[in-house]
Amino acid sequence: MTETPLLQYTLRLADTALVLGHRLSEWVGHSPVIEEDLAFGNMGLDLIGQARSLYSYAGEIEGKGRDEDALAYLRDAPDYRNILLVEQPNGDFAATMVRQLLYAAFAHPYFEALARSKDAMLAAIAAKAVKEMAYHLRHSAEWIIRLGDGTEESHRRAQDALDELWPYSAEMFETDRIERALIEAGVAIDPASLRATWDKTLDHVLNEATLERPRDGYMQSGGRVGRHSEHLGHILAELQFVPRAYPGASW
Amino acid sequence: MSDQNWPLWEVFIRTRNGLAHRHVGSVHAVDATMALHAARDTYTRRGEGLSVWVVPSASITASDPADKDMMFEPTASKIYRHPTFYEIPDEVGHM
Repeated sequence: MTETPLLQYTLRLADTALVLGHRLSEWVGHSPVIEEDLAFGNMGLDLIGQARSLYSYAGEIEGKGRDEDALAYLRDAPDYRNILLVEQPNGDFAATMVRQLLYAAFAHPYFEALARSKDAMLAAIAAKAVKEMAYHLRHSAEWIIRLGDGTEESHRRAQDALDELWPYSAEMFETDRIERALIEAGVAIDPASLRATWDKTLDHVLNEATLERPRDGYMQSGGRVGRHSEHLGHILAELQFVPRAYPGASW
Repeated sequence: MSDQNWPLWEVFIRTRNGLAHRHVGSVHAVDATMALHAARDTYTRRGEGLSVWVVPSASITASDPADKDMMFEPTASKIYRHPTFYEIPDEVGHM
């Protein structure tokens, strides 16, 4: 491992954004209504835009001539550093919205804090992302409130999704050796400092939605060091097929 | 589709300060808040908007197409209402 902490950190942020953006793009053409089709497309493009900026910066930090495409399309699953939450399957509409809420309730305050990073590039990328994540949070929260406090079926589906995805929520708040040095240097954000904000947001939304907050039990972890669920390989197979089959293709 | 019972909302967007909100289309949504989201996601994707209004389509009272003659035909013969009989000095420029 010759990657510097800053490179690894930037790739974690980039991979998380790309994988979730790809997941949302899978809804396009399949949403229950065209308005939501566009909402998923918009949110997916927000995330893919964040990923592009972060990959370009990662390529710069690495200094080996890899650009955003090389980093997104030519790394295999063990090299991906996204959190496990974002690679989980879309499931039904409720599951996708629960996943979006869990992530956005974290990412919004995270980018708000990262916008004050001592790293000027990360700060600039975060300043743009914070507005995007504010909408993701608003949109997913409003949906969860309506699904939870909706029909018997929508309530059941939202609660099932929440129970299913809850074990993936703790990974967002983890730190390791790589990040601790960057946190101390004022470059990265200590995610533990956002826990109270996240709890408050979740409690407010789940309360309005008449959903029950799952108890913290066994928590999944490992995505940020490249240990993934089986889903990521399938995502990458689809995401990377064209650039791998036709290297260097352009249009 | 599952939106059969969702009300329809008319969407109005103001693109710049000083301009009026203009009707751009409609969306289906369960309530006013979600209609605003849908309008934002459907009609402001290319930087069109500074402000969005949504109005329940059911709140709009429309003229009856059958009344077209009564409502609009009488004005056709009153061309003197158009301000086309004035000569505008060149100095005024484009109005």
